[in-house]
Amino acid sequence: MKTYNIYICGVGGQGIIKTSIVMGEAAMKMGNPVVMSEIHGMAQRGGVVSTELKIGHSWSPLIGDGEADLILAFEPLEALRSIDKIGEDGCVVTNTAPIMPFNINASKNPYPTMDFILKELESRSNKLYALNALDIAKEAGHILSLNMVMLGGAAAVPDFPVEKTLLKESMEDNLPEKSLEINYKAFNRGFDIVNSK
Amino acid sequence: MNIKDILTAPEDEKLFLLGNEAAVRGALESGVALASTYPGTPSSEIGDIFSKIAKDAGIYFEFSTNEKVALELAAAASASGLRTFTFMKHVGVNVASDSLMSVVYSGVNGGMIILSADDPSIFSSQNEQDNRHYARLANIPLLEPSNPQEVKDLIKFGYEVSEEYQIPILMRTTTRISHMRGIVEVNSLDKEERMGFFHKDPKRFVPVPEVALVNHRKLVEKIGKLQEKVDNSPLNRVYGDKTELGVITLGSAFNYVMDVVEEGDLPVKVLKLTFTYPFPEETVLKFIQSVDKVLVVEEVDPVMEKDVLAVLGKNGIIKKVHGKLDGTLPLIYEFNPEIVRNGINKVLGNDTGAELGKSEEKETIPLPKRPPTLCPGCPHRAIYYAVKKSIGDLNLKDVIFPTDIGCYTLGIEAPYEAGDYLLSMGSSIGTGCGFSKATKQKVVSFIGDSTFFHAGIPPLINAVHNKDNFTVVILDNRTTAMTGGQPHPGLPRDGMGDPAPEISIEEIVKAAGAGFIETINPLNLKKSEEVFRRALQYPGVSVVISKYPCMLIKTRGKKKKFIVEIKENCDNCMVCLENLSCPAIYLAEDGSINIDAQLCNNCSMCIQACPEKAIGIKKK
Repeated sequence: MKTYNIYICGVGGQGIIKTSIVMGEAAMKMGNPVVMSEIHGMAQRGGVVSTELKIGHSWSPLIGDGEADLILAFEPLEALRSIDKIGEDGCVVTNTAPIMPFNINASKNPYPTMDFILKELESRSNKLYALNALDIAKEAGHILSLNMVMLGGAAAVPDFPVEKTLLKESMEDNLPEKSLEINYKAFNRGFDIVNSK
Repeated sequence: MNIKDILTAPEDEKLFLLGNEAAVRGALESGVALASTYPGTPSSEIGDIFSKIAKDAGIYFEFSTNEKVALELAAAASASGLRTFTFMKHVGVNVASDSLMSVVYSGVNGGMIILSADDPSIFSSQNEQDNRHYARLANIPLLEPSNPQEVKDLIKFGYEVSEEYQIPILMRTTTRISHMRGIVEVNSLDKEERMGFFHKDPKRFVPVPEVALVNHRKLVEKIGKLQEKVDNSPLNRVYGDKTELGVITLGSAFNYVMDVVEEGDLPVKVLKLTFTYPFPEETVLKFIQSVDKVLVVEEVDPVMEKDVLAVLGKNGIIKKVHGKLDGTLPLIYEFNPEIVRNGINKVLGNDTGAELGKSEEKETIPLPKRPPTLCPGCPHRAIYYAVKKSIGDLNLKDVIFPTDIGCYTLGIEAPYEAGDYLLSMGSSIGTGCGFSKATKQKVVSFIGDSTFFHAGIPPLINAVHNKDNFTVVILDNRTTAMTGGQPHPGLPRDGMGDPAPEISIEEIVKAAGAGFIETINPLNLKKSEEVFRRALQYPGVSVVISKYPCMLIKTRGKKKKFIVEIKENCDNCMVCLENLSCPAIYLAEDGSINIDAQLCNNCSMCIQACPEKAIGIKKK
C-alpha cells in the first residue's frame, strides 16, 4: 500500500504542530497507520517549523525529496524552500501572506516576489492552491485560526485521505472549546476556497 | 488529544503519542514513584508532561537544579525501593556521569531508568555525542527504541530487568524518536501508592575502595548474566529470510532500513537490535553466519560495528563488515532513507549513479534564510544593546564575550555579536576566569538564570577567590526559556506547581564575595548603560543581574497596552533597525521604517534607543 505523505511547513508560532496532530489523530480514527515527525527546539524563536506526516504503512516518518503528495505551507517562502519534497502528482496548498525573516534587510538574497513564488510552485507541482489564509483567519474571527484555514484547505484537496467529519471531530478533541466556533468557520472557508479551485 | 489523556486513557486505547509522551505513559504503567530531570531538548516534553500530571498521578516530580542532582535524587529513591525515572538530553548525561558511574556499581533496589535523548545532526545542542558509549563506559544495560510504542513498552520491560538484576538501565533515544509521533496502544496503569524505606547497607552503598572492588566484581557478574538474557531476548529480532545481505541496525536507522528494503523488494535480511548492551554476541554471530554480506547501519559513531568486528575476531571468523569504517556510510549526522538506500545499494553492487546524477541537476533557487532570533521585546536584546553601547562609550577594544546555553546564545548573531566562546552549561564564567588570566582584554560573560543555578555558582566562587577581573551578566528572565519555560530554583514555585522558597541570585552572588553587584531592569536603558559603564571599569569580579521576565511568558494571553509608531521626524538613521534589530521593526518597500504592531511587545527599547526621539507611543 502506498502511503499518503504530507509535508507541513511554516514559521514558529503558526500552529503547525497542532494542525498536524489534528490531522494525524483523525487519520488514526479512520483505522490508518500514521507516523509523524516534528522538529521542536530552536524553531520556536521565529525559525522554520516543519512536520512530516505519513498516512498508511511506513516505518519511518521522514519524507524524502520527490515523495510528498501534499505540501501544506503556512508561509509562501517556506513553500518554495520545501518544494523539492513534492512528488510527481503532488499538490501544494500555500498561504500567500508572507512573514519576513527578521534579518531580511541584511540578507544576501531578497524575499522573492509573490508572483515568482507562485509561478515556481505552479511549475513544480501537479496543482497549486494559493489562498491568503491570514485574511481569511481574520475574517473568521481570529488571526490564530490561520492554521485551521490551512487544514480546511488541505481537506479539500482531491485524494486527501482523511474525512472532513473526522477532522472536525479531531479539532474538537484538540482545540479549546471557546475558540471552536471561529476555528470551524476558518476551516470551512479554507475548505470552500480550495474546493472551488 | 489532551495532555491529561496520557494519564487517564484506559487499557487498550490507542493514542497518537510523541516518543516523549509515550515515555511518560510507560513510566506510569510501571508504577514509577519519582521522576526527575533538568530540561533539555529533545527530552524536554517528558518533564513538561510530568509537571502537569504528577499530582493527579500521585507521584513526585521535580525539575532538579541540574542533571547530576536529578540522577542522585532518583538513585537514592531507587536504593529506597521505589521505581524512578530520570531523563535528560545527551550532554546532560555528561553532567550526571560522575554519579552515574557509581550508581551502576552499587546497584538499585527499586527499578531505575535513565533516559538519554541524543541529538544526531545537532538540531539544538552543542554536539552530537553518541551516548551509547556511556553504556560501555559505565557497564550499564542499554535499550534503544525505534518508535513511540517501543519507547513505552521498553520502559516497562526496563523496570523488570532493572529489579531482577538490581542494576539501573540506560535508554537511548534520538531526536527522531523523541519527536516522532505514532500510534501507541496503552496498557493499564499501576496506581498503587508507595513509600520507600532505606535499609542501610554501607558495604554496598558507600564505595570506599574495599567496597568498590567488590561492587565492580559483582557488576561484571551481573553483565555476564545479562549477556545470556540479551542473546535470548525477543527484542532482538530478525526480519525477512533473504540471504544476500544481512543488515544489523537499531533505532531510527532500523525504520529507514525497513522502508528502503520493502520499497525496493531488496534481497536483505534485517537484524533489529533493541536490547543493545551487553552486546548480543550470539544473536549477531548466528545472523552473520546466515547471510553472505554484512552491513551495519547505525547513526553517529560506529559503536555496534566495532562490536560486530570483535565478535568475528573472537570466533576466528574472517568476513568483511560494511558500515562506517569502510566508508559505506557517513561517520557523522543522522541518517535518512536516501543515505541508507545508497549504502545498501553500494554493498549489493546496485548502480545508484542515476539517482545521484538527478540530484546534481537540481537547480537551487537562492532563498533568504530564516534563522531563529530573540523575540520582539526580549530583555536579552536590551542587555546586548546596552552592553555594546557602554563598551563603545568607554572606547574598549577586543572585548571577549564568553556566552552560555539558553536563548541568549542567539546573541552571537549580528548586530549583537556578543558570543565568542562556549563549551557547556556554566562555562561562560569558568572560561571568563581563563580569559581574564590569559589576556589583558576586557571580558564580559553572559549566563542565564537557570544556567547560573545549574553550573554557574562554583566558577563564580572560583573567579572571586582567584582574584579574576571580569564582568558577569546574569540574564534573569525568570524562567528556563529556551526549553519552553520550566521553573528553576529562583522562582517561588516548584516543578509540580506548588509554592516553593525562592532562592535569590543576588544573595548567592553576595555570598560568593563579588565586590560589585548591581541588579537592573534591562528595559531602563539609561540606567543599564550607567551600571555597565561602572561594572566594566571595576577592578575585580563585577556582577550585573538583569532581572525581567521572558516576553513569551509576560505577554501570554495579555492584551497590548499601547501601539508604538515611527514619528514624522524620523531621519532614517537606521539605529533602531541595525543596532537593535528587533523583528517588529522593518524597512518598508518605500524605504521608510515601520513597526509591526502585531509583533511589537511594548518593551519600549526602540523609543529609548532612537537618537532623534522619532519613535513614540501612538496617541489614541
